[in-house]
Amino acid sequence: MAKLKPEDLEKISQRMRKMTILREGSGQAKVTVHMGTCGIAAGARKIMAAILALVEEKNTRDVIVTSSGCAGLCSREPMMTVELKGEAPVKYVDLTEKKVRAIFAQHVMNGNIVVKYALAMGSERVS
Amino acid sequence: MAKYRMHLMLCAGTGCVSNKSIKISEVLEKELKKHKLEAEILVVLTGCNGFCAQGPIMVVHPDEIFYQMLTERDIPHLVEEHFLKGRPVRKLMYTPPKEKTPVPKMSDIGFFKEQRLVALRNRGLIDPEKIDEYIARDGYSALARALTSMTPETIIKEIKDSGLRGRGGAGFPTGRKWEFAARAKAEEKYIICNADEGDPGAFMDRSIVESDPHSVLEGMTIGAMAIGARHGYIYIRSEYPIAVERMRKAIKQAREYGLLGEDILGTEFEFEVSVHQGAGAFVCGEETSLIASLEGRPPEPRIRPPFPAQSGLWGKPTNINNVETWANVPEIINRGASWYSQLGTDTSKGTKVFSLVGKVKNTGLIEVPMGITLRKIIYDIGGGILEDKKFKAIQTGGPSGGCIPEKLLDLPIDYEKLTEVGSIMGSGGMIVMDEDTCMVDVARYFVDFLRGESCGKCTSCREGLESMYQVLTGICEGKGKEDDVELLQELGAAIKDGSMCALGGTAANPVLSTIRYFENEYQSHIRDQRCPAGVCRELIQYLIDREECTGCLLCVKNCPGNAISGKRKEPVHLDQEKCIKCGVCLEVCKFKAVLVE
Repeated sequence: MAKLKPEDLEKISQRMRKMTILREGSGQAKVTVHMGTCGIAAGARKIMAAILALVEEKNTRDVIVTSSGCAGLCSREPMMTVELKGEAPVKYVDLTEKKVRAIFAQHVMNGNIVVKYALAMGSERVS
Repeated sequence: MAKYRMHLMLCAGTGCVSNKSIKISEVLEKELKKHKLEAEILVVLTGCNGFCAQGPIMVVHPDEIFYQMLTERDIPHLVEEHFLKGRPVRKLMYTPPKEKTPVPKMSDIGFFKEQRLVALRNRGLIDPEKIDEYIARDGYSALARALTSMTPETIIKEIKDSGLRGRGGAGFPTGRKWEFAARAKAEEKYIICNADEGDPGAFMDRSIVESDPHSVLEGMTIGAMAIGARHGYIYIRSEYPIAVERMRKAIKQAREYGLLGEDILGTEFEFEVSVHQGAGAFVCGEETSLIASLEGRPPEPRIRPPFPAQSGLWGKPTNINNVETWANVPEIINRGASWYSQLGTDTSKGTKVFSLVGKVKNTGLIEVPMGITLRKIIYDIGGGILEDKKFKAIQTGGPSGGCIPEKLLDLPIDYEKLTEVGSIMGSGGMIVMDEDTCMVDVARYFVDFLRGESCGKCTSCREGLESMYQVLTGICEGKGKEDDVELLQELGAAIKDGSMCALGGTAANPVLSTIRYFENEYQSHIRDQRCPAGVCRELIQYLIDREECTGCLLCVKNCPGNAISGKRKEPVHLDQEKCIKCGVCLEVCKFKAVLVE
């Protein structure tokens, strides 16, 4: 293994942080794929794989990808929720890999909600 | 590198490993593969998480979900529910005592909320066996800064200004210690890391080495540059196999990266580190004994001066600091002395790691700012006394620390305050005792430990502790004499004055502090032949409350001396002649029908 120079530390740190940023809980965007039984049956795992591939491809370090259970609207699965830091979460429905690519490019990366695929904005009220 | 969407930080500190966390990681990997999640979810084995009472522990990121007391059987359900379907499993989460609903997030749990991590900054967040993960959290950047833009003088100034004091116990200002070694003129100088943690029930240093070995190495390398040393030793006890293994791996990785060895980070600075395993003698924690042991001699302390900074290992100037002190160094260099000195009290800056054990609900490893009160530690972090019994005392500083009573619980702790009340900071052991603890018995226990560990060089320590032990045993057996307390105080003063090292110098603390705060317990033993806590066997007897006894015969079955007899559904009879006072009947009785007098 090559001996390091001071500037190499920064490179290792940058490369590793893309992975470890997840542990700090400080991503700019959080993408939640709904992975209840209904979601998985409708193809949520493919959607998850597509998002992970996009994060990898765009080489972004600020996106946290996570899963959660059924969102309660089983007929419109696969679904996902995109939440940018400081903004209301947006739910997308009837997803395909193509739609995911568009949402990722426009909303996750650039902050423009893709209205035609969106169901609603905001979270449900939890009592 | 693949992007993982979830990191499972599974604790692989000694506590959790003995609760089978390695086996759990194997089952986890297997279940993840079964659901084809292995490319999406990463399992990371971390060092000690700190909340050892609840182990094995796993923290799931990004949501910081805290799972505890895991078993292999929980894993298949957990993988399917949470990691595949995204539904966190509530029954595996932590529910605080007296509450009904579990707390999902780690940072919302009382045990963690009050803590402030400096020395333990990477615990549970990195895989200690991967140097890249340490570097990702600014690891070795302090060393790079020291090597490229600081001089030995500016490094020492920074450490001095930070107010950091030795975390091994004595609390000597670290920067000044470095300055002495830096000023000493010699061809060869040495750096030593004292990882010979000998206090029963203490595991601060063990845990730091296990969870973040590179922080210690980086601190040592910065120290070496400051004093002008080219070789360092880590003196670690061989009872710490995981710590030894992780430290060796860390040294190997640091060498491969050119962070140890010649031309570190491309500069001309060179520094090598070797690990020395000690055989585990308490006195080796004393610096001159440790040096003697490193040289292959019997571990006996010697008179100072000369201090190790003038004449240490092989007669060369040597700077010796404890693990926790070293682990603080990179963070001080990175964030600056003024940041560090904001934490803590006037005389004691920064944070301190304690191992909180004994009769407290949340046992484990904690790091808190200096100046926090004992009450906060015991009740907010520790969750209170086990079974909600009454608090009696807390012993700080290991076996030669003092016992602090309830009326002093609001004491803000730092080096000076603890000394004022007759205890010590020590290396950070904290043992909580409840109302069922006999303070005379406790003093006897620690004196017994210390008389065994005394190296025997100073007569006052060797013979004085032995005499103290005899007197204390007499008191516990009901043979105490009126002037015993006075005798103990006299012996204590003699041991303190007549011993060369800190072992003898502090050995009388448990006795003197228990006399200071609990003299009435000594008097009960001596005058009334009574042990108020019901512990000392010669002074108690077990009785059956015939009103409460249901005749379930559980005590009859369990009594090892066949001292209890009786018929079903009738009160039992206890034969005092046969009773060996083991207390098993008291433990098994479900109706509170066994009394101690």
